[in-house]
Amino acid sequence: MSYIAKPKVTHPKLKKNELGLTVRDYEGTVSTLCAGCGHDSITAAIIQAVFELGMEPHKLAKMSGIGCSSKTPAYFVSQSHGFNSVHGRMASVTTGANAANRDLTYIGVSGDGDSLSIGMGQFAHVIRRNLNMCYIIENNGVYGLTKGQYSASADVGSKAKKGPANRQMPIDPISTAIGLGATYIARSFSGDKQQLVPLIKGALTHRGFALLDVISPCVTFNDHEGSTKSYAHTRKHFHHVIDADFIHPKEEIVAAYNEGEAMPVELHDGSKIVFRKLNEDYDPTSRSAAFAFLRDSENAGEIITGLLYIDEEMGDMHHLSGSVDEPLSKIPYETLNPGAATLSKLMDRYR
Amino acid sequence: MKPTDTTHPDYFHKVVDCQWACPAHTDVPNYIRLIAQGRFSDAYMLNRESNVFPGILGRVCDRPCEPACRRGRVEAKPVAICRLKRVASDYRDDITARLPKAAARKNGKKIALIGAGCASLTVANDLLPLGYDVTIFEQLDATGGLMRTNIPQFRLPPKILDEEIGYILDMGARLELGHRIDSLREMLESGGFDAIFVGTGAPRGKELNLPGRNETQNIHIGIDWLESVAFEHTESIGEKVLIIGVGNTAMDCCRTSLRLGANNVKVMARKPRGFFKASDWELEDAEEENVEIVVNHSPKEFVIENGRLTGMKFDVMEYNIDANGRIDRGTAVDEVTLPCDDVILAIGQENAFPWIERDIGIEFDEWDCPVVDETTMMCTRDGVFFGGDSAFGPKNIIWAVAHGHEAAISIHKYCHGEDLYDRLPHGMNLSTQKMGIHEWSFSNDYDPAERRLMPHVDLKERFKKLDIEVELGFTAEQTLQEVERCLNCDVQTVFTSNLCIECDACIDVCPVNCLTITENGDEQDLRQRLSAPAENLEQDLYVSEGLPQTGRVMVKDEDLCVHCSLCAERCPTGAWDMQKSTLLIPYARDEANRDRRRKAAAG
Repeated sequence: MSYIAKPKVTHPKLKKNELGLTVRDYEGTVSTLCAGCGHDSITAAIIQAVFELGMEPHKLAKMSGIGCSSKTPAYFVSQSHGFNSVHGRMASVTTGANAANRDLTYIGVSGDGDSLSIGMGQFAHVIRRNLNMCYIIENNGVYGLTKGQYSASADVGSKAKKGPANRQMPIDPISTAIGLGATYIARSFSGDKQQLVPLIKGALTHRGFALLDVISPCVTFNDHEGSTKSYAHTRKHFHHVIDADFIHPKEEIVAAYNEGEAMPVELHDGSKIVFRKLNEDYDPTSRSAAFAFLRDSENAGEIITGLLYIDEEMGDMHHLSGSVDEPLSKIPYETLNPGAATLSKLMDRYR
Repeated sequence: MKPTDTTHPDYFHKVVDCQWACPAHTDVPNYIRLIAQGRFSDAYMLNRESNVFPGILGRVCDRPCEPACRRGRVEAKPVAICRLKRVASDYRDDITARLPKAAARKNGKKIALIGAGCASLTVANDLLPLGYDVTIFEQLDATGGLMRTNIPQFRLPPKILDEEIGYILDMGARLELGHRIDSLREMLESGGFDAIFVGTGAPRGKELNLPGRNETQNIHIGIDWLESVAFEHTESIGEKVLIIGVGNTAMDCCRTSLRLGANNVKVMARKPRGFFKASDWELEDAEEENVEIVVNHSPKEFVIENGRLTGMKFDVMEYNIDANGRIDRGTAVDEVTLPCDDVILAIGQENAFPWIERDIGIEFDEWDCPVVDETTMMCTRDGVFFGGDSAFGPKNIIWAVAHGHEAAISIHKYCHGEDLYDRLPHGMNLSTQKMGIHEWSFSNDYDPAERRLMPHVDLKERFKKLDIEVELGFTAEQTLQEVERCLNCDVQTVFTSNLCIECDACIDVCPVNCLTITENGDEQDLRQRLSAPAENLEQDLYVSEGLPQTGRVMVKDEDLCVHCSLCAERCPTGAWDMQKSTLLIPYARDEANRDRRRKAAAG
């Protein structure tokens, strides 16, 4: 952490978005994480993405559980809503919040411990419901807040600072999410904002469950030689299979793409994601092909990154449950709760 | 781009914009920190080291440092550097015991300094401690040169002048007041001096030869008139006064006129605002006293009626200003006559050397100025040196001081038969300012306070006497706020490439988007690809070696860095560190020390 707050002084030529806000207007309080933490870079990428999307801060809800990762919502978009929930329960709290107010954009920030250990059940079910949210896992392979024990995402053979190498199989959030049916699945690295920012923009715009697994090195407990989640290891094995540019509805696709290698996918609000394949064998619209590719590459020790799977067709939780378009929180109480008499009438239909 | 060579003292010196802009390279951030600590005497002595006259310059310096100040680029106004210099002077204790002392033993070399202005006095200041026998010749009956004759007492009280000049004279300079030198040849041939320094200023005010110029006594040359006021030969002026010209001398003339009985003073400018020679603050001070500045009026004729000056005729001008801000010669669109009782000409001044014979080996250029070497300050005749306005035409006090320091080095070398160009280079020390985990030895937090304003004597009160100093000086509270505005640009962000793990923490935390990690390229290309485009070409890019993990480079645009230290605080590996750069400027005494060391080494 730093002793002084980031000074309010700004570059005099800072760009403004369509709301007239600068990127500095989307900042939060100063981070209290360790200096050099990958999480802080992800925070910066979120700030950049939200700024570029021109989001109104009061239309954003930041959700988290417990852990280093779960502290980070305090560090971006101070003027938005937020809920710091119980360990591993961020998914359920977000489900409730989204059920009540579908008009907000939900961004959940979690970690490998919060999502893949204590929160694994919640994680699976929020995917199953295709809840409309952006779910970021800040994945560092260790429990940083309790001083560096292996987490459920630690790779076999990965070494801690002290003690024996990890022998248990890791849970890979990406293949898990593909298996469970998530509709937007991406992996990135905190040290590559060029890739990360458009992925966050896409995830925030996608209607349905968007998972972003972001390798985020723990500088204090997992950035040494022998770690498979260090800056150096990630950079060495980082394999960018597919590039995804996010294009705002108001923007035109300006970059020239060769046919066959570029593939635009339109999102529900008219914005587009343009894929550029860096690896010819990869097809981000085929769940089974993506799954197989991931398995093979991971066995080869490669860290596959990019927007790995997208399905824009499947409806989200509200669609699946046929709820009304208007957020429940805005419906008058009398309408929302028609009373005991109406309830008995309804129940009578099932007798 | 190639990795930046930060071992060359110029690189970090240039980051300290104020110090770089100061001709004498005063260590501004350092003295501001000393003031912040209440160490006024230390701040004064640090100033004196480079600029010799902190009390004088704290009032009337032309302040090249302030337009250069980085604070002026991140927000509207620069740090009040000059005002703080005066604070150091105003609040200092008796520092006489800390002043340099004349050498106990003379070295047998005799030096003549012609003119008792700031340039000569600086030479005396540097040479007396080395054992030189110094004689100052001054045609007037007082020391100080233009500082005394041309700067009015309400801006620079004589007490301040006497005190700071006294520090130098008390080292044992021989002072020949009222001693006008009429022939340099004579001095060269029979003076018995080992070297001669000419610091006679630019003493001739420019004339304006228009019809009527010689038909009245009421047209005055600005600098001569100011001198005659300074020596109380002139004690009044007419009610309506026109000042021709809009430089700093014009500002002194108009404000002095108000104190001698004028009640309607107009400064007549040929060009529009933005093309004035006067410093902004001097214009402000004049306008505060209700001096009217009339633009676009080109003088045409003095109106004389019955042998009396009654007015002046002007062409009203119109100008075209092109896209680059250049102004054309203008066209006259109208003609007006403004009534007046007196006219003061303040349209510039020039050098005049009627006392230097043209056949004694001193070459003069087409403007009748001596040809002087900019490094050594020596003219084309060996052993004769120039400095201040007499060297390269009218500049200002701080330039004269800078010339004086260089001339003193040359004189020392000349007298010892050394090569004048074999001068000690600038040196630099770097030392980390880290005190603890989030603790720096300096006040690194950015203080958003605006520039403090100088309190002035009441508008009615100040005109009662000619010598009431208008500026009161900063109060303790103002000082406390103003010192915090300094960005400590001398505490440098120093980068060690091989420690960087490219975590982006510094880039994310930088409040002014100075930092970028990117692929290397040529400068023009890199400047466009940074976190914020680096459009100020006068400010350097600090480019690292290739980084260990990806081979990309760390690039810092020095332009807007507020030296908040957050990059160093957020760096997990200590690749960024905050290190104070101290510029080591060699003076004559350092050259003398080198001589001594060389002799000792030679046994």
